[in-house]
Amino acid sequence: MFHAFLLKYAEIGLKGKNRHVFEDALVKEVAHKLEKVDGEFEVSRINGRIFVQTKSEYDYDEAIKAMQKVFGVVGICPVTQIEDQEPEAVIKAAVQFIADNYKDKNFSFKVNTRRANKGYPVPSMEMDARVGEAILDAFPETHVDVHNPEVVLSIELRAEIFMYSKLIKGAGGLPLGTNGRAMLLLSGGFDSPVAGYMVARRGVYLDAVYFNAPPYTSDRAKQKVIDLAEVLSEYCGKIRLHIINFTDIQMAIYQKCPHDELTIIMRRYMMKIAKHLAENTKDCLGLVTGESIGQVASQTMKSLYCTDDAAEFPVYRPLIGFDKQDIIDKAEEIGTADISILPYEDCCTIFVAKHPVTKPNLNVIKCSEQRLNEVIDDLMQKAIETDEVIVVGKD
Amino acid sequence: MECYLDNSATTRVLPEVVKLMDEIYLRDYGNPSSLHKKGFDAERYITEARDVFTDILKCSRKEIFFTSGGTESNNTAILGTALARGKRGHHMITTAIEHAAVSSPMSFLEKQGWEIDRLSVDHEGRISLDELREKLRPDTVLVSIMHVNNEIGTIQPVEEAGKIIKEIAPDCLFHVDDIQGFGKLPLIPKKCGIDFLSASSHKLHGPKGVGLLYMSEKAHTLPIIYGGGQQNGMRSGTENVPGVAGFAMAAKEMYSNLKEHEAHMKELREYFINEIEKISDITINGSAEHAASHIVSLTVKDVRAEVLLHALEAKDIYVSAGSACSSNQPHISETLKSIEVPAYALDSTVRLSFSPYTTKEEIDHTLKELGEIIPALRRFTRK
Repeated sequence: MFHAFLLKYAEIGLKGKNRHVFEDALVKEVAHKLEKVDGEFEVSRINGRIFVQTKSEYDYDEAIKAMQKVFGVVGICPVTQIEDQEPEAVIKAAVQFIADNYKDKNFSFKVNTRRANKGYPVPSMEMDARVGEAILDAFPETHVDVHNPEVVLSIELRAEIFMYSKLIKGAGGLPLGTNGRAMLLLSGGFDSPVAGYMVARRGVYLDAVYFNAPPYTSDRAKQKVIDLAEVLSEYCGKIRLHIINFTDIQMAIYQKCPHDELTIIMRRYMMKIAKHLAENTKDCLGLVTGESIGQVASQTMKSLYCTDDAAEFPVYRPLIGFDKQDIIDKAEEIGTADISILPYEDCCTIFVAKHPVTKPNLNVIKCSEQRLNEVIDDLMQKAIETDEVIVVGKD
Repeated sequence: MECYLDNSATTRVLPEVVKLMDEIYLRDYGNPSSLHKKGFDAERYITEARDVFTDILKCSRKEIFFTSGGTESNNTAILGTALARGKRGHHMITTAIEHAAVSSPMSFLEKQGWEIDRLSVDHEGRISLDELREKLRPDTVLVSIMHVNNEIGTIQPVEEAGKIIKEIAPDCLFHVDDIQGFGKLPLIPKKCGIDFLSASSHKLHGPKGVGLLYMSEKAHTLPIIYGGGQQNGMRSGTENVPGVAGFAMAAKEMYSNLKEHEAHMKELREYFINEIEKISDITINGSAEHAASHIVSLTVKDVRAEVLLHALEAKDIYVSAGSACSSNQPHISETLKSIEVPAYALDSTVRLSFSPYTTKEEIDHTLKELGEIIPALRRFTRK
């Protein structure tokens, strides 16, 4: 049974004068995520670390999972608290700690004591040596290695005495809200939710936009996107999800423009609408897409050049260098894969050309778009008016 | 105007059935197995319901078993027979166009080493009695044939099939999946040599989660669910009293007006087909002569079924896609494949299914919307 958790964060430490802003954001976020876990927790900031103390019986696995969802946390150390403060009792407890936590004792270790309570009778170096000796005596198969130990047993001598040795990997990144907001182009696939996660992980709040094309897409496809946003919101808090009816624009392009350019032109108008929404959202400073170079025809360098041109706004593509399998692995890790894999279509195949252009020329595309001149402003305006905002998740 | 034309998927529960069930849930909520009065009151609903069905099926009380629905009834007939008769033979016969609630347990048995023959069908979806005759063997333990096909509405010659089975293989049992026919077409098991008949409540304006299995007294079989020994040990589990009572009330309502209902739906169907065929490139699937009056299977060339379905849904009209199909996960309908429709039809077929309560206004409204939607969607076919 662990009584507390010590949360480690790396990058925040580098942020100079803003450090307390980051730390406060982190404390708030950890406390918020733990609200949903069975048990009582107290989150505080001590000496440049975040400390979660448990105040009751609690669900260990759920608590770890919740803390792993907090951006900015690099690692989570489960901590045992030692009641009896006598040096001999602490040494005994250390031996017990190793017995409880390591089945296979065949490892190298070192002891690392920090004496924050300067009134403690044994200095830290001496404590290291005495504890180390006791462990070696109790478990002869262990050995000491002060340079490259497999296990570091940390002992903190404070008002209370804490012991820990394991570091569970956290989500990393930066605490939410330390870096503004972005508009995610969210579809039902694997890529866009992962892209949203990657950007949110750098401390960015997310809003999202989904392009709906009834009757070519169904309510189930829309629900799938809402479900994906729900999963993302577990990491990045409240998401305002905009649902835009894109059917008429799609139809107009389909009727008037060369068919092999359909997807590129469609994506250009999606960018324009997303930019419009971003500009009307406070602090929203960029678009996020799940594009990755060369994954499909519309994501070749030339295609991206054309879509990027339409955005006239910063576009963040965190998956740009990812392979498909890497993206799917990440989707599985963050919990969006099970939803993304559902078969409902989000952009009906009826519109996709059998052989779409892979090397579009921007001038040619712009020329094709002129065929829409008479209708497009009106259609864009109407599409924006269909905006339905669904608020997913909580602050 | 809401036009619900997906009555072969499920139906709206009759208001008087809801009222009855409400009373049972709130007042007569006893367990029929309890010895006290509350239990006895509940048991009476079951007995009365059983009498409704013995009347409809002209059989004895001992031959009616209540289940959780059509799927369980089919599974009990097939797997129960396999359990009881595996020593006598390992051969069953079914058709190529059964519902999954029959074809899946059959495939399961096939994996366990059973031999399953699937009768082919002609372009109308009818089996050949000669093929049945050829496939029957001394070790055939069960023949399972559906009465009315759920996708195209074709009626199978189950009466003739029953006679052939009893003549050639008197020990072989005969199961009829009557889930689409029950409450719409009369079928008396004893007259047709049927040993098992499956029916479902929610297809005839009763509640979901309840069905029945008729099992003739001589059709010895084993239960597939074990427990408290209710219903003579054949189907353990506390009876779904409100469901069973509601089912019986709905069935009684359907069978008291069977002829009128049939005539009404037939008229609607003929009217609909006449009108819809005025639109070009539309095909009606199934049989003209042996068609159930409540199902129309419609192939609309150059329109994807799923898109048509969603376009109709936007107008408050509800139909189903003949073969649930999406490009990510193609699930091609075995029925449509078996009747050898052209390849494009697999992806362009919708099913409309009527109820006795469907009105001519709803049909007119649907025809009007189809008349607008189909040409509009055809403008956007894949280039």
